[in-house]
Amino acid sequence: MGAGHAHKLYVRGSSPVHALPPHCKLAAVLCFVVVVVSTPREAVWAFGLYAVLIGAVAALARIPAGFLLKRLLFEVPFVAFAVLLPFVAQGERTEVLGLSLSVNGLWGAWNILAKGTLGVAASVLLAATTELRQLLLGLQRLKLPPLLVQIASFMIRYGDVISDELRRMRIARESRGFEARGVRHWGVLAKTAGALFIRSYERGERVHLAMVSRGYAGSMPVIDEVTASRAQWSYALALPAAALLVCLLGWFL
Amino acid sequence: MHVPDGFIDAPVSAAAGVVAAGAVAVSLRGARRELDERTAPLAGLVAAFIFAVQMLNFPVAAGTSGHLLGGALAAILVGPYTGVLCIAVVLLLQGVLFADGGLTALGVNITVMGVVTALVAYALFRGLLKVLPRKRRSVTVASFVAALVSVPASAAAFVLVYALGGTTEVPLGTVFTAMVGVHTLIGIGEAAITAATVGAVIAVRPDLVHGARGLTTPLKLRVGGELVDAEPAVIEGPVRSPRKVWIAGLVASLVLAGFVSFYASASPDGLEKVAADKGFDKGAENREHASADSPLADYGVKDVDNARLSGGLAGVIGVGATVLVGTGVFVVVRRRRGSEASGTVASEGARTPESV
Repeated sequence: MGAGHAHKLYVRGSSPVHALPPHCKLAAVLCFVVVVVSTPREAVWAFGLYAVLIGAVAALARIPAGFLLKRLLFEVPFVAFAVLLPFVAQGERTEVLGLSLSVNGLWGAWNILAKGTLGVAASVLLAATTELRQLLLGLQRLKLPPLLVQIASFMIRYGDVISDELRRMRIARESRGFEARGVRHWGVLAKTAGALFIRSYERGERVHLAMVSRGYAGSMPVIDEVTASRAQWSYALALPAAALLVCLLGWFL
Repeated sequence: MHVPDGFIDAPVSAAAGVVAAGAVAVSLRGARRELDERTAPLAGLVAAFIFAVQMLNFPVAAGTSGHLLGGALAAILVGPYTGVLCIAVVLLLQGVLFADGGLTALGVNITVMGVVTALVAYALFRGLLKVLPRKRRSVTVASFVAALVSVPASAAAFVLVYALGGTTEVPLGTVFTAMVGVHTLIGIGEAAITAATVGAVIAVRPDLVHGARGLTTPLKLRVGGELVDAEPAVIEGPVRSPRKVWIAGLVASLVLAGFVSFYASASPDGLEKVAADKGFDKGAENREHASADSPLADYGVKDVDNARLSGGLAGVIGVGATVLVGTGVFVVVRRRRGSEASGTVASEGARTPESV
């Protein structure tokens, strides 16, 4: 835990995007994704413009393009689904390279690929420019219930600890010659999970006692109050506003 | 299984978001009752546990491996409210931090993967426990069945959402068969691991398993050679009324009947699909699909190939009805349990000044 809680997606930096208050960024990303999702899929050029917008923000935030592209690999599982779509969807068929593909399926695949990729790109940008603690504060500022934010913050703070515990158990298993090869070994893995649960739960109890002994009475003190000026809000909301313009053009053109 | 952005259209995503927000709000209140004031750290660490356990890959066969979804496991180990809460937090952070699952689809993800799995698993688990003999083995068996059903139930709930707001026109029957079929297979792995995990926890700390709370044998004292009941430290062992057993049996049979009927409806639907493929003319014009993103489009589509969708829809409506009924019964049971819980809280409140 000494290494701080910077998550893997965070890119340290001091760009204007990094400096924006977290709740402005969260709201902007959410609005942007909503706008993207409600764009008609036939407006192909609109998605190109969205990609340009995302690219502009990434450049402003000085996030390397390679980093962004690498992180887009998160969406690989549903790409597989999108690739299947033209084959299984119904309706008018068309011939592409000798394959009979559904027109609707092609549109559907394009729809999912374009919107999904843009959504992931926006999320990656948010995560890359916002620290964990900031993100949680932002969620709290957006009126997420404080208890939920506390649970989330505990999950993040102890997520690495618990994962490391699981990793140590795996190393212990492997150093004793165990290798999970099939169904017969599920029992061992399940016992690992059980032991991990007991350890997590007991740690939770200890953490609670430690908190109570330090005067915890149901809510965490807010030390750094983040506020956003009007200028920062308008700066952050420039992205979804531009996207909304594109979306409206997409609907009416 | 995380649903990405753009998979479900905006209105249905928003509606699912409202459902998820309501479920999380109810869970926040319920979790306070399950964990009293330890909610924040305990639920946080359980969420971290679920997050970690989702990385625990188990080999299935021939080089493939699966990982736990954890909804049933969480509901059984820490109770349904805390379970829903933990899964919701995991999904929220996966969406915001790891770009895993779309932000607009967050409501869909929480509803489908958290609320439905935890509710179905817990209702079934409770119902089975009422029916089965009061032994530890029963807990393992009940958690096996609960986890086994919860995964396809979640898949069926996804198909329901997809039927309402899917952005592509894959026939519902196909989606339903594929989703529920694949997830039944996943469910078997999930069930085995969940049951074994619950069994492992029960073997060491039976008091930690929320679902097995009524099962601890009362303490006995040996006084002068004979066993005497020890003074109960905490009021435990809920009063068993025949009505509860009856309600639980109803839930279990409803869920089981629901699932049997899905399979019954899925195979003729497949036949129907083939028949429709053979003699189906290409009536769907490109023009019509230009408005496919609008909220009303799917109703039109439904009208077009109504015959084909009917099988899938029947199944979906079945799921909806089952989930509704299950939830209704669950609420009734909860209210009864709630009054009991408030009773114990009151008695604890009365006791606290002495102990402090």
